[in-house]
Amino acid sequence: MKKKNLKAWLYLLPAILFLGAFLVYPLIDVFIYSFEEEYNFASQTYSGVGLYNYSYVLHDTYFLQAVKNTFILVIITVPISTGLALLISVGLSSIKPLRELYQTIYFLPYVTNTLAVGLVFMILFQKTEYTDGLVNLILHWFGVGPVDFIDGPYWAKMFVLCFYTVWVVLPFKILILTSALASVNQDYYKAARVDGTSKFRIFVRITLPMISPMIFYLVITGFIGAFKAYSDVVALFGTDLNTAGMNTIVGYVYDMLYGDSGGYPSYASAAAILLFAIVLTITCINLLVSRKKVHY
Amino acid sequence: MDYNKLERAARIRQRIGKFFTYLLLTFWAVVVLFPFYWMLLTSVKSYGAYNSESIPQFFTLSPTLQNYRDAFTSVPLLRYLGNTVIFALVTTGIMMIVITLSAFAFARLRFRGRNLLFTLFLSLMMIPNELVVITNFVTITNMDLRNTFTGLILPSVTSVFYIYLLKENFEQVPDELYRAAKVDGTSDLKYLCRVLLPICKPTLITIVILKIIECWNSYVWPRLITDDPNYYLVSNGIQEIRENGFGRENVPAMMAAVVVISVPLIVLFLIFRRKIMEGVSRGGTKG
Repeated sequence: MKKKNLKAWLYLLPAILFLGAFLVYPLIDVFIYSFEEEYNFASQTYSGVGLYNYSYVLHDTYFLQAVKNTFILVIITVPISTGLALLISVGLSSIKPLRELYQTIYFLPYVTNTLAVGLVFMILFQKTEYTDGLVNLILHWFGVGPVDFIDGPYWAKMFVLCFYTVWVVLPFKILILTSALASVNQDYYKAARVDGTSKFRIFVRITLPMISPMIFYLVITGFIGAFKAYSDVVALFGTDLNTAGMNTIVGYVYDMLYGDSGGYPSYASAAAILLFAIVLTITCINLLVSRKKVHY
Repeated sequence: MDYNKLERAARIRQRIGKFFTYLLLTFWAVVVLFPFYWMLLTSVKSYGAYNSESIPQFFTLSPTLQNYRDAFTSVPLLRYLGNTVIFALVTTGIMMIVITLSAFAFARLRFRGRNLLFTLFLSLMMIPNELVVITNFVTITNMDLRNTFTGLILPSVTSVFYIYLLKENFEQVPDELYRAAKVDGTSDLKYLCRVLLPICKPTLITIVILKIIECWNSYVWPRLITDDPNYYLVSNGIQEIRENGFGRENVPAMMAAVVVISVPLIVLFLIFRRKIMEGVSRGGTKG
């Protein structure tokens, strides 16, 4: 028996080592960092223990801007992307010809490099000295003046960011919802049709309740994903997000850690922990709401 | 008579419904495809032609491959691609070994504390990457592993989720095969390689592809850990190209680089479409 035990642990050893070194230890360490005041990277010393890092971060205007940006992004993109995904999935499941083709096309953004395609979006929206860009050309057809979406007013930049985020997250949501729709028992629909129920009523009374667990799952993962937005923002506005005024909370954490403004792992840790306090709170609220609304 | 009228009205209504459904679906398909079209189109426009278009043109009559030549010669695009391929293959390779061994231990071997340990593993799934990246950055820096492949690869060679996925799959293989192998005196390792892995090949392939996609697109960790362009992966490479390569205005060459970076994954996706979509719907997290 002992030999058997040993062998099993031997099989598990690599995983345990890697997880311990790069997942468990860092998790504990990040809390320690966040309480160590004036931690110095080079000499690895600190002057005291306390809540100063948190208070610094909470009073940093860049952090507050990042929190504001992140919340706006979350509040706009989560409902829009979920709703749009639902609309498209319902459309997809109501057709037969070309369905596979559409599904394949819709999934493409998932397998593309966020940074690379973000560059294309930047080109499409950007207004330079040479050209107003394609999006402005289209706006011009509708008689709307040129807007600089990349270096211009705040809401123009926020619009591009939200649009790109929706574009990036939609493939996953469409995939989940189409398979959820396909798994609804057809007998319910047949029964409803015999009763002469209208299509809208069928959708609201049968389809939505049946797939509500999946919608709810998407809302939760959508919230979590949007709160962690970072690389799509970099793709659109470059690495200097604080100057662009478009930083996100995760971006703030990395800027504190590294780069021109970096070298402060304590502030980064405090900001990261604040972010996860926010995410945890929102997820708990979501779970409480779902208990009342979702049919399992 | 009346009945016929009703039926015709219903059919017309159905057709209008279909029409709007297709209209919506096609609209979104265009929105999805357009950036891809635009990057292809821009990548074959010549530098001069692109910059003289004050109104963007939707097609070009004189395509050129010069931008692709520029992309490979005036910036180290080939090196970025090579680095990424090495990174993706080595990371995926090591990860497959690590997760196969632990999934096998959880699925087949009996040992004390197994359930407790597995629960612990599962609870690790909830730890967000952003929390641990800070310490990992400090660890790797202190180990002097910045700007090395070791530093890039080490933190991403285990995944609790894939261990879980593989363990579930291993457990579906009938116990009788294991017992038969034991009776024949086959060692555990041999049983794992000769019996279990071939049976579970579909899941293994799915995991490999998902991991490669993840590696190809990873940006945050490589950016933290490398500042020497010799070790840049494609994501960081494209960011570097955008900020310092080609001179700011050479958009066509930039787009050529973007095409070169995007094509491998799109090809991979078109080949393994079903596997990828099935795998993502079982365990994707992006979004």
